[in-house]
Amino acid sequence: MSTLTTNYLIPSGREEAWRFTPLSRLGGLHDPVVEVRDVISLLAQDLPAGVTLKRVTSSAQFPISQTNDIVIMRIREAISEVLLLEIAKDSEIAEPIKLTRNDTGLAPQLGRTVIKVGSNARATVIIENQGSAILAEEIEIILEPGASFTFISLQEWENDSVHIGRHHAIIGKDASFTSFVVTVGGSVVRLLPTVEYAGPGSSAELNGVYFATDGQHFEHRIHVDHNLPKAKSRVNYKGALSGLNAHTVWIGDVYIHAAAEGTDTYELNRNLLLSDGARADSVPNLEIETGEIVGAGHASTTGRFDDEQLFYLESRGIPAEIARRLVIRGFFAEIISKIHLETIEERLMARIDNELAKVGE
Amino acid sequence: MSTLEIKNLQVSVATETGFTEILRGVDLTIKSGETHAIMGPNGSGKSTLAYSIAGHPKYTITGGSVTLDGLDVLAMKVDERAKAGLFLAMQYPVEVPGVSVSNFLRTAVTAIRGEAPKVRTWVGEVKSAMTELNMDPAFAERNVNEGFSGGEKKRHEILQLELLKPKIAILDETDSGLDVDALRIVSEGVNRVKENSELGIMLITHYTRILRYIKPDFVHVFANGRIVEEGGPELADKLEENGYAEYISA
Repeated sequence: MSTLTTNYLIPSGREEAWRFTPLSRLGGLHDPVVEVRDVISLLAQDLPAGVTLKRVTSSAQFPISQTNDIVIMRIREAISEVLLLEIAKDSEIAEPIKLTRNDTGLAPQLGRTVIKVGSNARATVIIENQGSAILAEEIEIILEPGASFTFISLQEWENDSVHIGRHHAIIGKDASFTSFVVTVGGSVVRLLPTVEYAGPGSSAELNGVYFATDGQHFEHRIHVDHNLPKAKSRVNYKGALSGLNAHTVWIGDVYIHAAAEGTDTYELNRNLLLSDGARADSVPNLEIETGEIVGAGHASTTGRFDDEQLFYLESRGIPAEIARRLVIRGFFAEIISKIHLETIEERLMARIDNELAKVGE
Repeated sequence: MSTLEIKNLQVSVATETGFTEILRGVDLTIKSGETHAIMGPNGSGKSTLAYSIAGHPKYTITGGSVTLDGLDVLAMKVDERAKAGLFLAMQYPVEVPGVSVSNFLRTAVTAIRGEAPKVRTWVGEVKSAMTELNMDPAFAERNVNEGFSGGEKKRHEILQLELLKPKIAILDETDSGLDVDALRIVSEGVNRVKENSELGIMLITHYTRILRYIKPDFVHVFANGRIVEEGGPELADKLEENGYAEYISA
């Protein structure tokens, strides 16, 4: 058990960063008075050659990146051990490296993980979050020059789970980082997929999918820090909502520093409202300090089913219910099919079918 | 032998200021094997007729009836109309992102035939229909109508016509946006279906150009929400020369 020594401010809900989040449902993760467990709950099965996983003391693996998020600061202070996953340089790991967290219980817990991807290594890590948990975690991902790394975080929590997390990638010269963040379960999920660059020629592709039903709050706050020249970023998040008080929040902050000449960035968020009583907030923010860029753009749409699409499918004999399913599957397939891992794709599409079956119940 | 019977059909559409009447009593009977050209100026209500029969939710039927072999089409849901044997080739086919043509066709054919097509014969069936329409096999893996050219969209509509095998097809401005070669390929597709299946056709068009390829048995002039003149193919020739002026002023 740990308590904090620092006299942190507790978010009141009036802060810009917290104004959408239902603080009363966080299980105390944001409140320094509430006791939290300091445990490593991520488990790995067989690790391929070239991959090592170990626990190191917190003082042996200080945080590399900056944060001003109060919960993440709390994790950093409270944690005694860090899970360190290292992928050897030049290694090509064909099979995805799987870390799972299953049913770790409803006592609040904190965790910190660091993933180091060696230069010119190629690998994929999948983090599977299932069962019940009240969790705040930070994952820092360091890509050495020339690395190519895919990070997949699946939130398939039970309905009572709370998950606050930061996935921060530091992308080296000519390295490319791809992420898929899929949130389809939990009571409150608030994730901060963030990126900064450590060298030119680096690129980030941040993809996300979420499907919130009755009462679920799913929040994804993306921050791409174009701090260096000649880096690229693409953000594409898609969500569906259905049922009373289903709430999703997507924040897309892209900051292009004065030094970041040659930046190429585009971010996109699309939300599909499947019923009354659901709410999607979508806020793209683009701040540009130099005009010497390749491109910078964003788009955000939130809307209902396209009646013309449904009519087209139905006019070919396809019943309305199947037509709706085709359209939603298609909506998500655009992102999920890019994962290129058949078992994961099938599982996620089945999960989406399952969520869809709840619509109209 | 099938009969589509439209009697005194009246249709309105909701606007900001209330309902606007578009069809003012349409009477038309189409039987298997017959081709009826519906010709008229823009805004005369031709497309409204097509979409009302197919069941588009935008239109409100205020009077009259539509039956297919005696069954009340207007009481059917959109998909039920297709299952009953109606097909609408749209002027502006809709993009459906993330849904492949092959998945879409298989789903539609399964719904219409009431059972999934046998995998072995199905692949060949689609392939030969695509070849006849001069379509690249890679087309099947693209998303429905997404990024299709005007000609590709119309070929895709006729491909569906060939595979779904309806009793009565409504072709809404299928000729629009097609160059001469595409128009010929698409028209040959329609004629092929007609030869093989005794298809009844309602061919909606603004221009007489497509009638050189798809020969109508009857020509109906549509103006101001109703049929104002009827005749044989010779009526199309008259329209080619004189245009629609006399019907608009009338």
